[in-house]
Amino acid sequence: MRVSTGESAVGLPRWAFVPAAMGGLFVLLPLVAMATRVDWSSYWSLITSESARAALLLSLQTSAASTVVCLVLGVPMSLVLARCRFPGIDLLRSLVMVPLVLPPVVGGIALLYTFGRRGLLGETLQVAGVQIAFSTAAVVLAQTFVALPFLVTSLEGALRTAGARYEAVAASLGARPTTVLRRVTLPLVWPGLLSGAVLSFARALGEFGATITFAGSLQGVTRTLPLEIYLQRETDPDAAVALSLLLVVVAVLVIAATRQGRPGRGLL
Amino acid sequence: MRKHIAAAGVAALAVTALAGCGTSASGDDGEDTGTTLTVFAAASLKGSFEDLAEQFEASHGGVDVRLSFAGSSDLVAQIQQGAPADVFASADTANMDKLVADDLVAAPQDFATNTLEIAVPPGNPAGVHTLADLADPDLALVLCAPEVPCGAASAKVEEAAGLDLQPVSEEQSVTDVLGKVTAGEADAGLVYVTDVAAAGDDVEGVELPESAGAVNTYPIAPVADATQADLAQEFVDLVLSDDGQQTLAGFGFAGP
Repeated sequence: MRVSTGESAVGLPRWAFVPAAMGGLFVLLPLVAMATRVDWSSYWSLITSESARAALLLSLQTSAASTVVCLVLGVPMSLVLARCRFPGIDLLRSLVMVPLVLPPVVGGIALLYTFGRRGLLGETLQVAGVQIAFSTAAVVLAQTFVALPFLVTSLEGALRTAGARYEAVAASLGARPTTVLRRVTLPLVWPGLLSGAVLSFARALGEFGATITFAGSLQGVTRTLPLEIYLQRETDPDAAVALSLLLVVVAVLVIAATRQGRPGRGLL
Repeated sequence: MRKHIAAAGVAALAVTALAGCGTSASGDDGEDTGTTLTVFAAASLKGSFEDLAEQFEASHGGVDVRLSFAGSSDLVAQIQQGAPADVFASADTANMDKLVADDLVAAPQDFATNTLEIAVPPGNPAGVHTLADLADPDLALVLCAPEVPCGAASAKVEEAAGLDLQPVSEEQSVTDVLGKVTAGEADAGLVYVTDVAAAGDDVEGVELPESAGAVNTYPIAPVADATQADLAQEFVDLVLSDDGQQTLAGFGFAGP
């Protein structure tokens, strides 16, 4: 989605560029400041230490897993919220967004009281032989909890913008609901779905508060990159800065890759 | 940690409110009104230093003690970056030494010690009675990470006993360990004696004779460029006085 002033007949008022530039600086300057603190001579050894590699791998695996869970649950959720009308749906829509505004540590506490050993579902899970506490599954749960609203908002917005006209036409031509969903709806909202999935992945990658509260912190099992950064800060600030930069680079790569791979603008 | 920041905020508000009442009630005691003394203290000192701050305000009319609680290494980083602290109380000597090396404090004095204890959920469901019980592979044991002071102390105790503990989680702070135990997620955790005391009925403590080999010493010092140098020294004196030591003992701390 490229916007240049040339495309619009009116153009932007000049004054808008000043706060826009300040906003850009506000985001970029801290990243630059952090990069200046990196000890480049030892950068490679810092980001390839055993604990750093374990944390990065775990972060990528759990973020990918939670993105998949977000898609499996979030796509149907978005469809229901965008296309269905029933009493209480507005309330439901607001509730789904709650993790977006909740401090992650509160999310972690809530998850603990749901899936923890003494939680609402804890005993049932224990009877079933499922132990979530202190496992990698707990990390995925925490990440999914905070990332799901990103996918749902993004996709629901795309569904509303696309409208139901083409779906109605397809249905009137005899296509069954699943066919309409597969051949009409999802291709129409593909960019929204993709950006929603990327946002969820990025949010999962940065998840910290819910994870440390709910999942614990053990190398290779639950200690993701943000937790490793926070821990390294205690003893080795250089390693913490190096890993922070690594996390930024990974996030930027993920976002850039999807922007590149996006289908033509005509779909938006 | 968010929790610490929030706690510090609430504490600061509470202290401010108390100070406000105190000032209006006692009136002018001869000193300048509106003087603020900023004390940075390790998170484990929260209860005891809130008490000490009240005592200090009671004996110093018009002085407002502002407390900021966080992990010692966080506080050190803040002071190194120029945060306006008058007094710093650390949970270990290693963090205080960082400020001494930077000439940011002079002549720290030890004011308390703390030792480890096993914390278990009420009723001790896993039946933990000795350090050796913690080595049971089926036990959900939570420790501090070796990078933080309580984890270093745990590692020392573990090594001295010749045990190989397999924790399910190595937490960032002693508060996080305690949280996992009070929530019932963990069967046992190694925390400080003072944490068990502060947690009340939420956890039970199992005494750990082996912890005598890993005593944590708490040093305190006025910060070098304190804006309230005299008051800072008086606060340090209060902490080291008999009254101060008695207050600390009430929260489970042992003498230096």
